[in-house]
This record gives sequence, structure tokens and C-alpha cells, in this order.
Amino acid sequence: MTAYQISIFAENKPGRLSKITGILADANINIRAITISTSDGFGVVNILVDKHREAQKALEKGGLTVSLKKVIAVVIDDRPGGLDKLIQLLAAENINVENAYGFVLESWKNAVFVIDVDQIERTQEILEKNGFRVLGADELAAVEPFHYMNY
Amino acid sequence: MYWEKDSETVPVETLRGMQLRGLQEVVVNAAHSHFYAQRFADAGISPSDITSLEDLSRIPFTTKDDLREDWPYGFLALPKEDMVRMHSSSGTTGRATVIFHTREDIDGWTDIVARSMYMTGMRRSDVFQNMMTYALFTGGLGFHYGAEKLGALVIPIGAGNSNRQIQLMCDFQTTVIHIIPSYALYLTTVFEDLGVDPRRDTHLKIAFLGAEPHSEHSRRRIEEFYGVKAYNSYGLSEMNGPGVAFECPAQKGMHIWEDHYIVEIIDPVTLKTVAEGEEGELVLTTLRRRGMPILRYRTKDLTRIIPGECECGRTHRRIARITGRTDDMMIVKGVNMFPIQIERQLMKIPGVGTNFHIILDQEDYTDRMIVKVEVQKDYFAGDLRQLEALRRQIVDNLKSEILITPKVELVEPNTLPTSEGKAVRVFDKREK
Repeated sequence: MTAYQISIFAENKPGRLSKITGILADANINIRAITISTSDGFGVVNILVDKHREAQKALEKGGLTVSLKKVIAVVIDDRPGGLDKLIQLLAAENINVENAYGFVLESWKNAVFVIDVDQIERTQEILEKNGFRVLGADELAAVEPFHYMNY
Repeated sequence: MYWEKDSETVPVETLRGMQLRGLQEVVVNAAHSHFYAQRFADAGISPSDITSLEDLSRIPFTTKDDLREDWPYGFLALPKEDMVRMHSSSGTTGRATVIFHTREDIDGWTDIVARSMYMTGMRRSDVFQNMMTYALFTGGLGFHYGAEKLGALVIPIGAGNSNRQIQLMCDFQTTVIHIIPSYALYLTTVFEDLGVDPRRDTHLKIAFLGAEPHSEHSRRRIEEFYGVKAYNSYGLSEMNGPGVAFECPAQKGMHIWEDHYIVEIIDPVTLKTVAEGEEGELVLTTLRRRGMPILRYRTKDLTRIIPGECECGRTHRRIARITGRTDDMMIVKGVNMFPIQIERQLMKIPGVGTNFHIILDQEDYTDRMIVKVEVQKDYFAGDLRQLEALRRQIVDNLKSEILITPKVELVEPNTLPTSEGKAVRVFDKREK
């Protein structure tokens, strides 16, 4: 199961983020999660959306520089120790996390933790073998927080 | 392979003899102009003093300021009614300099443009799209006349309107283009946006790059993207325009047409001729232009003579790529540098896009140099560290070239303003 994160190269100046959110709003795309990392004068905006192909097309049409990246979206328990269980497993398997962020699906029930790792296929296998649910693009599109099916 | 074999492969001694006779004639002729009559009188020389090519050094240099001083008709050596055309420099500072041509002058100029184009393999069966500004700028009409004389089919579209340029290229199977190198690089992004691949969807085979200095890496990028051989072209309106010097298929320097011009390279400070092969300011004398002869014109362009014979068999000497103009020189923190040095380094680096700007300002009374560099669209892989590495590499490369550390900012593709004419790269905001 593969999820796709959209990365956008953006100069770090007023109006760049609103350009991105404006395009996505017009294209009727729902943002699941967003992170921004910046360097000297520029940055990368990472977003997870419900319809990644449409989002990519809309953003490129809007003149933005976009890259699609495979990430793993893992369902974890939304309670103390939920994330730790996942991270301990990754550490034990010697998997390095390049970037990560998360969002809650249903409060006190479950959350999604998105990880960008170097060995993506191996990591997916290990996670599934250890009973973690990994969400694909279709499932991310269908995710309805607070009215969530029984994952 | 030669447009005029006898003229192009003339033995060097014969060429020097032709130059001396040409020089003697042009000096006699120039003495008819208001400007040179005065100049010769001031210097205490008369045309009969010129008995060898070395005597050229007795004539004072002519500068752009001189052209402005005796503006507009003070340089005419023939009556104004003999003139059929005027052109003007693209200069943005001060009064534009104007050059006048008789019908014979236009013919002579046209001939060396046709000779230059033919040299690269262009033939009458070719379709030539002239993507240069027409009007007062010499690049448009100069190439237009040359291409018509050669017998090619000319599409006189002029500059700008990128979508239409590409449309015409596809519709009429253009094989040869004449284009400003910075615009050629910019146009690659328009091709990509339109989903047109010049290698697959056009018949292009030759590109003439003119009107601004560019680096070897820029040339290679253009050749690769368009699937062409790209030839460097040198000219300036004061010396007619394009066709003064041009690359042959060997692509190892530009043959400067010595049957039309006398070439000198001088030290811009001492004004003495430099040793052959050393870099200096190019100084040119028109040998064939009757209406408005110009003697020992200081072009402000820096280059050198490439020593040795060319494999193509032409005996006219070659000049290297223009490395800068004495006008373009920037002094930052006391260090002299030229924009072309920045370009040369940037275009080497994979990931660098097609446009860049150099901004000079001051911070706490100290010069600061900011280089804004567009990132290549396809290069971005969603990774901030990749961009940081690119930025560091740019800083390192520039530092090794210009010896100071600039601040490098990466910007999104196609966001820096472009110009349809010569690229504007340097923005000096320092207090003068």
C-alpha cells in the first residue's frame, strides 16, 4: 500500500502558501496534513491530500514546482505509547526516518503517522508483518475523520 | 563548404597586402568626414603617412563617446543622399549611437553574413526563422539580408511571442534559427509546457546564437535540448552588426573577417597592443564601409586571438568567446568580475535552471552580492536537503571563480523576469 505525498518547492515569502491553498481549494481538494520545512530563503511544503493526481495537476497548472513522493501512512493508536510502538519497531529494524508527521483520525482511537523512509518496500513488509495497517492512496481518499470505518 | 573560397582561404601574406591597400583607401575616404578631418589635423597626420599596417597605430582610437560627440552626421564620408539605411546601437546609457550605410555598404555587410551562415552548413534549401528584433537593432535585418542572399526561405518573425515561435517552427519545418542565447534557454521551458520536443517534433539543425556573450555550457545545453549545432556569432552595430566574426563547424573560436576589418587587441588601461593570444579589448577598423568609416574603434569587448591555424582551412584569424565588456565589469568588495563568469559556473551545475539575477547592494557599508538562481523544474525531487546541497554547490563554485562568497538564493522556475532582448542580469543597487 503506497501513499503519495506532494512536495512543492516554494520561496519563503508572503503569499506563496496562500497560492498553494488557493489552488487546492478551487480544485476541491481536501488536505489531510501539511508540513513546511524551510532553509535559507526557500522551503518545501509537503502535503497529503485526498486526490493526489488531481492536486498535482492543479498545482502544476498554477505554475508551481511539484514532486510526487512515495510515503508510508501507518495507522497507530491515539493513546499514550501508540507512536512509541511504531518507532521502537523501526529502530529495531534499523530503518531511518527522513521526515515524519501525523494527524488524528478519531480522537482517542486512532491516528495516522506518515513516514518518509529510505527503504520503503522493506519497511512496508515489516509493518504489515507486525500487524500495522498501512493506508494506500485510495484509502486516504476515503478517510473520513470522526466517521471512520473500523480500521 | 566555402561561400567565397578565394576570400576565405586567401594566403595570409596576400590578406595583409589587401588590408594595407584597404586601410590606405579607408583613411583617404575617412578624411572626407567632419570628424576624421578634425582628428587627423589634431594628431598631425595625413592619409599619405600610412605606408604599412604598423602605421595604423599612429591614428588615435575612436570611442563611443566620439560617435555621440559628432552626432548625428559628423562621421559621414559621403553625402547624406548616398545613405540608404540607418541602424542604432542597443545601448541603454546615454544617446544612442547611429550608423549609416550606403547601398554598397549594405551589400558588403550582407555578403559576410551570407558567408558566415554558409560556413556553418546553411543552404538555400533551409528554412530560416529569424527570432531577433528587426527595427533599429542590426541583428534582425542583418541576418535577414544575409539569409535572403544565401537563398534560404526566411521567416521574419522577429523577437518574442514564444508560443507563436514554436508554432511556426513546427508548421513550416524550420531548420535554422537565429536567437539570443538567454531567450533560447528560456524558451526550453515553453517547449516543455506545450509538450513539444524540438528533437522529435521539429526539423531544427542549426542555431545561430548572437547579441550577448554566453558560456560554452550554455551552448551545450541549447544544442542538447534543441538537437542542433549552435554557432556563436559576434557583431556590433558600429561595425555593421552581425557577421563581424562567426564560428565555423570546428566550433573553436570565431573567424573574424579580416578582408572587412582590421583586428587589434589592446590592454584597456595602457592602450598598448597585447601579445598575440593574450586577452584584451578588441579594437576594429572598417575596411569596406564607404559611407561611414570608423577607424580603430574601441569595442569594449574583451577577447583574445586564438593562435594557430583552423582545421577548416580559413585563414582569417579567430577570436575567443567574448569574456565580458569593460562596461559590464563589476567591482564587488574590491574584486573585479564579469557576469559571464557567474554564468559559466552556474550552467555547469545540474539542477540550475535557465535564468539568474545578480543583485549588488550594501549592508553596513559593505558590498553584498546576492545571486538568485532558478531551479530546473525536473530537478526538484521534493527534498529540502537536495536543494540545500545544490545551493552549497553553487556557493562553492562561485567562490572558486570570483573569490568572494555570494549569498545564493534558490528561486522557483520561471519566476525571474525575462527580457525579449538582451538579458538583464545585473541589478546594482549600491549608492554611487
